[in-house]
Amino acid sequence: MLRPLALRDQHARLGARFAPFAGWAMPIQYRGIIEEHEAVRTQAGVFDVSHLGRVWVTGPEAGRQIRSITTYNVLSLEAGSAHYSLYCTEAGGIADDVFIYHVDGERWLIVHNAANAAADYARVRAVAGSAATEATRTTVMLAVQGPRAMDALRQVLGPALGDVALHRCLEVPWQSGRVLFARTGYTGEDGGECISDPATARALWEALLDAGVRATGLGARDTLRLEAALPLHGHDIDETTTPYEAGLGWAVSLQDGEPFSGRDALARLKGAPRTRKLSHLRALERGVPRTGYAVHDPADADGEPVATLTSGAHSPTLRTGIGMAYLPATLAKAGTPLTVDVRGRSLPMQVVPRPFYTRPASGP
Amino acid sequence: MEIPDTLFYTSNHEWIRIEGDEGTIGITDYAQDQLGDIVYVELPEPGSTIVRGESFGVIESVKAVSDLFAPVSGEISERNAAAAEAPEIVNQSPYDAGWLIKVRLADSGEVGDLLDAAAYRSETAGE
Repeated sequence: MLRPLALRDQHARLGARFAPFAGWAMPIQYRGIIEEHEAVRTQAGVFDVSHLGRVWVTGPEAGRQIRSITTYNVLSLEAGSAHYSLYCTEAGGIADDVFIYHVDGERWLIVHNAANAAADYARVRAVAGSAATEATRTTVMLAVQGPRAMDALRQVLGPALGDVALHRCLEVPWQSGRVLFARTGYTGEDGGECISDPATARALWEALLDAGVRATGLGARDTLRLEAALPLHGHDIDETTTPYEAGLGWAVSLQDGEPFSGRDALARLKGAPRTRKLSHLRALERGVPRTGYAVHDPADADGEPVATLTSGAHSPTLRTGIGMAYLPATLAKAGTPLTVDVRGRSLPMQVVPRPFYTRPASGP
Repeated sequence: MEIPDTLFYTSNHEWIRIEGDEGTIGITDYAQDQLGDIVYVELPEPGSTIVRGESFGVIESVKAVSDLFAPVSGEISERNAAAAEAPEIVNQSPYDAGWLIKVRLADSGEVGDLLDAAAYRSETAGE
């Protein structure tokens, strides 16, 4: 039985098409994935991402407890700030990628991927005990993204949001409730994410739509994050990949000397030569390179595939196929020609620098 | 959902317009709606033959890959270059600008096995 979102009726009224995702009935699209994708790139869109796992950790030991299970030195986070981090296995594989918010003095929030939410909660409980509480089902999380997102958010939630810098967070009273706002996201655009109780979230959803923000589904969220070259756990990163080959070494802190799961392996891996690297490929001809398709080296056309696409899609912004794959270090250089087997047809692609899409610098 | 009375249909959601011994083939309004934004269309060369019930090409949306199935057998006389260049026209105009191929029918008797608009309408109503 799929879990319905608290805002299910709001989505249904807009003509949402629902599909199962990590046990939830999620809105995949409302009017069309490309139209919604373009709305986020040029205006603003709102996503209901309440399927993401949310766990509060409170108390004087909260920061230390979180530090013991995660790669980034969260003890360096001052109150009101947030950072990307990883949970790793003892072998240094990526068990999940997470966002950690030091909301205020003794209150911390961790946001997990939906597919890993149960295991992640157990991981937090193991170190924090009853100081860890699940908030996934009692709250709603809305992501508002796009060049006009901050304007709309300030208009709705108040001017205080204007002072919240990238990766900072702030709790604001709004209507009869409270909204935890963080200037974070997963699309490559400016904007933020809002966590609140369901009643407040319903009012916020309507107010954002009234402010001209477009309802945007999970389909566009996937093409947006891929254009921004943001990895998706379970596809581009998992327990068999390490932070260093995934280009996520910046989320691993070793210098503070604090112990955390996976530290010994990561300290070894950091200095070891990289045999493969998560790389970015762009199609040179028409065709859609999809997740799971084989990547070949045209210099060895009859040989075994050199990699498999961990993600792949038609990029609505670039109007061409894009994908990610772990390439052998010798083939990972920008400009390297490769081919992808699209159901028997050989689609020429080229290694390009990360990301595929960068938002234009904001105007004067 | 638009289902023109003048066309014939398959259970796989292709349509065919019969004019003499030539047929124009595309996908239905229902099919384009189910697929969502179409981003790639792969069609066979003019001169090649298609066989009723067999795959003759591929149509891809952002989310899905779908085979195209021939409603009749015949030789391809023309393919819609515009649909390959700008696949979104299949979403915008599935029965008109978004047609896919034209064929010279090998056996006009095959047309009798296709669904008429009423039969296709009742098939899609259940889905």
